[in-house]
Amino acid sequence: MLIKGVRVLDPGVMDQLADLRIINGIIDEILAPDQDHNDEKVIDARGKVAVPGLIDMHVHLREPGHEYKETIQSGCLAAARGGFTTVCVMPNTRPVNDNRQVTEFILQQAARANGVRVLPVAAITKGLAGEQLCEYADLKAGGAVALSDDGRPVVNPQLMRRAMEYAAGFNLPLISHCEELSLADGVMNEGYMATSMGLSGIPNAAESIMVMREIALAQLTDTPIHIAHVSTEQAINAIRVARQDGIKVTAETAPHYFMLTDEAVHDYNTNAKMNPPLRSRADREAVRKGLADGTISVIATDHAPHSVLEKEVEFDKAANGVSGLETSLCLGLTLVEEGILTLEQLITAMSLNPAKILNLKSGIRKGLSADITIIDPNLCGVINSSDFLSKGHNTPFEGFEYKGGVSMTIAAGKIIFEK
Amino acid sequence: MQLVNKDLLDMGSLSATSIKLILDTAMSMREINQRTAKKVPTLRGKTIALFFYEPSTRTKLSFEIAAKRLSADAVSLTASTSSMQKGETLIDTARNIEAMSVDAVIIRHSASGAPYLLAKSIKSSVINAGDGMHAHPSQALLDLLTVTTHKKKIEGLRIAIVGDIAHSRVARSNIIGFKKMGAEIVICGPRTMIPKGIEKFGCALTYNLNHALEDADVVMMLRIQKERTKIGLLPSEREYAREYGLTTTRLQRAKKNVLIMHPGPVNRGVEISPDVVDGPFSVILDQVANGVAVRMAILYLLAGGKRDVD
Repeated sequence: MLIKGVRVLDPGVMDQLADLRIINGIIDEILAPDQDHNDEKVIDARGKVAVPGLIDMHVHLREPGHEYKETIQSGCLAAARGGFTTVCVMPNTRPVNDNRQVTEFILQQAARANGVRVLPVAAITKGLAGEQLCEYADLKAGGAVALSDDGRPVVNPQLMRRAMEYAAGFNLPLISHCEELSLADGVMNEGYMATSMGLSGIPNAAESIMVMREIALAQLTDTPIHIAHVSTEQAINAIRVARQDGIKVTAETAPHYFMLTDEAVHDYNTNAKMNPPLRSRADREAVRKGLADGTISVIATDHAPHSVLEKEVEFDKAANGVSGLETSLCLGLTLVEEGILTLEQLITAMSLNPAKILNLKSGIRKGLSADITIIDPNLCGVINSSDFLSKGHNTPFEGFEYKGGVSMTIAAGKIIFEK
Repeated sequence: MQLVNKDLLDMGSLSATSIKLILDTAMSMREINQRTAKKVPTLRGKTIALFFYEPSTRTKLSFEIAAKRLSADAVSLTASTSSMQKGETLIDTARNIEAMSVDAVIIRHSASGAPYLLAKSIKSSVINAGDGMHAHPSQALLDLLTVTTHKKKIEGLRIAIVGDIAHSRVARSNIIGFKKMGAEIVICGPRTMIPKGIEKFGCALTYNLNHALEDADVVMMLRIQKERTKIGLLPSEREYAREYGLTTTRLQRAKKNVLIMHPGPVNRGVEISPDVVDGPFSVILDQVANGVAVRMAILYLLAGGKRDVD
């Protein structure tokens, strides 16, 4: 296969027009553009940008246990449409992915899907209960690439310390869902919007207090920690200082935190209900600044598909989460359009940096697996949840007009999505 | 004049003109309530359903009496007897009720926003009889009526609202309603009971009851729920009563002809002393009487069939 006349953007390595030849799933050659050829399949990609396949290190594909919300198969279709060639699936399934059997089941289901690389994140503690460590060595042998009790914090700091130390011995990164539960007794961001709607609020400190604890533990143990879905100015400031001090803390945010504020909850819109909640304008600006200066090095979707059963109910009862795989890149490109990030920075946050944290490979170089996302910067459209490939149609971005989107997704040399 | 709204969900969506229309209509309903035969045929043939997913005595009774005095057929349903117990969703329950051709649904629910969900899914009028910590518009309207009958106007009055503002739908609806009609509001309570961002409602704020009472024309005391001490909002009812309880002595700071109001039920000796409840400035029972008149007006204007359908 030859991809012709494409702008190849491999952040930090190359940014130039080229022809890309893929043979047997591997990038075989990067050639000067428009050469004569006799390849069997040729893709004309003039005006488009080829970037390393996007990696979403934080998704919920709901299988096993909640297949009515999403399956690994439907989630992988959504991932491919969103330009992702790799996704990391969180362990809060039923049963929880806290043992090798579940990890292997996930990989087996993924092997039957469309070719998106599905990498299991296993639980830090058995049953996500925060009481006993899982068998990390066995989980890693089964295919787990990281550990997280996502959806719940590890409440006991001593246990978290032990998890960090033990996991480091097996080179498994830890991803922390930072939430002080006693402060997080609410359903949306604390502030004027919550007060005027009569909804109970979650203050920023519910997040930042736990982020500061994780930073202290990372320093104590001299091990890396990755902070999931950062949403507050205070947490970002703490992470910035910690990184300057050489503490091994990395962080991700999700598109809704750089796009929206708690005003989106207006009229009790349950599609804007998530955890952590949408925050204030100041927080949104801090998230953007954190992305721009590299304090937040990863954009992940926290793809959390739900059915109408969980969303068409009273706001208090509604489930948290956004179906995010199919909108993430479009939303990220608005940051490029607004001059907050360069395209290179965006792709770094959506592919290179997650790869670094998870010890994976990302890049467009001879000899690497052909995981490539082709972006059409001129593709325009409107976000319409009814054509989502994910089973979850829960998005707060319905009707959002975007410019720039996925033209083609290639995983291991196979075209898994084509616009 | 007709009310343009399909539903009555909160005070924010009522214009000053609509509020005035409801109050004027309620004034004529007050007259009906004084008669020996307290019944008019205005809503004969109309069916009104009361959905109470949360305990209520006076609001439910008040709406039922209001419906009956207008000759509507009122049927009521409480959470313990409804299919909600069997796992039916609010939307499904509502659609079933609508399929039985109900003209208006009155809902009380512990979840803020539940009446919005209902209003979006059915064509019948929805009347919010209190949702979570969000709104209680019929209470605000009856309070506006009570103050209007005593003071002849709302504009320029200084209204103190005292107590657990954070958890009070009555406070929220009254702040919005009274401000819309030109009053000046000061809210007061211990800081643990003042919600974030309340100053954006455009009211003054103090943590000192004496300051709140200074030159007040109206003082509204809110009910303190006993559970609040358990979740750390208050050390004790005793300290609350001493710092925030309304007593005859404290009341001297207010204007001479001050009105004392309370949405009920009253905790005598906690937020308000018994002599103030029963004293000359108390209009607490007028509020209850006006509640029926205001709810008659609301039902008449929303279910009266005069609303243009377009």
